[in-house]
Amino acid sequence: MTTKLLEVKDLQVEFDTYGGIVKAVRGVDFAVQAGKTLAIVGESGCGKSVTVQAMMGLIPMPPGRIMGGSARLRGTDILGRKMIEGREVRGAEIGMIFQDPMSSLNPTMTIGDQIAEPLQVHRGYGQKKAYARAIELLGLVRIPEAARRATQYPFEFSGGMLQRAMIAMAISCNPTILIADEPTTALDVTIQAQILDLLKSLQAETGMAIILITHDLGVVARMADEVAVMYAGKIVEFGTTDDVFYRPSHPYTLGLKQAMPTNHRDAVQKLMPIEGSPPDMFSPPVGCAYAARCPHAMTVCEARQPPAFAVTVQHYSCCWLQHSQVPHKAAGIFYGGGHD
Amino acid sequence: MTDLVRINELTRYFEMGKGKRVHAVDKVSFAIGEREIVGLVGESGSGKSTLGKTMLGLHDKTSGTVSYRGETLPAHYSSRDFQRFSRKMQMIFQDPYSSLNPRMTVGEIIAEGLLLHGLATQSAARDKAAHWLERVGLNADHMSRYPHEFSGGQRQRIGIARALILDPEFVVCDEPISALDVSVQAQVVNLLNELKQSLGLTMLFIAHDLSMVRYVSDRMAVMYLGSLVEIGPVNDVYFNPLHPYTQILIASNPEPDPDTERARLSTPITGEIPSPVNVPEGCRFASRCPKVMDVCRQKTPLLLQPVQSEGRLVACHLY
Repeated sequence: MTTKLLEVKDLQVEFDTYGGIVKAVRGVDFAVQAGKTLAIVGESGCGKSVTVQAMMGLIPMPPGRIMGGSARLRGTDILGRKMIEGREVRGAEIGMIFQDPMSSLNPTMTIGDQIAEPLQVHRGYGQKKAYARAIELLGLVRIPEAARRATQYPFEFSGGMLQRAMIAMAISCNPTILIADEPTTALDVTIQAQILDLLKSLQAETGMAIILITHDLGVVARMADEVAVMYAGKIVEFGTTDDVFYRPSHPYTLGLKQAMPTNHRDAVQKLMPIEGSPPDMFSPPVGCAYAARCPHAMTVCEARQPPAFAVTVQHYSCCWLQHSQVPHKAAGIFYGGGHD
Repeated sequence: MTDLVRINELTRYFEMGKGKRVHAVDKVSFAIGEREIVGLVGESGSGKSTLGKTMLGLHDKTSGTVSYRGETLPAHYSSRDFQRFSRKMQMIFQDPYSSLNPRMTVGEIIAEGLLLHGLATQSAARDKAAHWLERVGLNADHMSRYPHEFSGGQRQRIGIARALILDPEFVVCDEPISALDVSVQAQVVNLLNELKQSLGLTMLFIAHDLSMVRYVSDRMAVMYLGSLVEIGPVNDVYFNPLHPYTQILIASNPEPDPDTERARLSTPITGEIPSPVNVPEGCRFASRCPKVMDVCRQKTPLLLQPVQSEGRLVACHLY
């Protein structure tokens, strides 16, 4: 039996803008298991960052608004709350690293002081003890000469080293969940591989769960146990990594896969782009948001929002194709056994 | 295949004062055949973009030569040289946001080259721009709109139309897709492929996405810290990399395939690309190379053809 560490239900977030209300997240459900990695995949603007920012209390309100839903960490709702069970959520229970380490760190503080800060704020460490721990943490994220590097400022660090320092800061209070929002997008491929290796080994050492937000399916394949595919503010497919990669059950997931080159030696591949662009989130479509770009769209898709169809026990797809009364089967889409 | 563009020991340094110089591109030599696509990969700071820009005269050459159809291009372009050569050699830029003038309409942006080169009257240029908008998959009605009204993928199409309206023979594509989402990347890559076929273009395709380079190119060239370390047919280089840096680069490239990724060993490289300021003698990769030998720190390896490797060149003392 798997233990659900974090359970998000029907999360909805919107923003007031000059152009109207943007419905950024429109009812998102997922669960994170202790010690496992969940990847949230999707393209720019699909709401993947907003989803985790809402959990962390990082949505500026106004203009943002959490319209509904819950995010339960070990059973207690953390949405809109700073503390649960006497511990602060942000920084202590959940750590977070961001895409751009250069702009996420304070340029006027030394790296050591910045890593020591959460320990002083959340753990009540004294300055000296916190700083000593900061040096240990820098060693833990494999930064050579940690004591010397701790006295340096962010501009003296390279991008990869800064991301390591960010990770050290995020794990300083032993979080149960680490949220990594595009942690390697700004990095070169060899540095990316080093950072991904580091995250994996830290997870093995500490047993923390990781929520990895990315648009790179290669990174997902390397890191994730489970995958949530997001499109236009909703999760369209959820399953184990193998389910989603080898048995995609939503046309968008399949479309993403076919738009990316693979490197099988013999495969003669033609890239199949997804035509068109994502819908306008000021007035999202009534039915399935992907219908306008979907090669298999049916009349029902434009009229009604598809519910989550169970493909297997832990694999679901929000697509009308999975409905038992749809007569034809679309090529490349995996269908659950229960509907045949 | 005859060579369209040939560069010979092309070098571009940037002087930083106080005797410091950045070795952005250091004695790089290779040729691109007619209608060939060469993919150029390497990490940021390896000099890929500087190489592309120096080839087109956007940077002066510190030393070395670029020749085009056998004619040696000037080390420093005067405005007359630009008039002459930029008709045939064009560039598509990485960032579709900063490379389009926000104060010009899309029609003006695309037609500007024709007018600057005196190739068309105002009205003919407009017609041609409208034609090109449709050719890159946009609508001719979009002529009077401004760049901010378009998405990243659409802007990149505008950049492509602007470069190709002059009917160039050689195009440098500097990371044309790295700012775009996956589904849109495929749209732009397929468009480039289609235009390459119909126009007979020769391209230098600069990118850091190895899988995309493999998909697009005929040959792959790998740069590290300003020098070319390996070049060869794209599948040979990808599936049988010879230079230790190429091997590590390819081993670090994540595949969208969980089984492949689970079988992957952890990354065999530590450290990061060193500073390109005042590069020491010897192989540039020596400080990070897992197979480093004494000779690597003393002698700079030359780009040579290894035994039994037709069409490949590697700069490594191992071969």
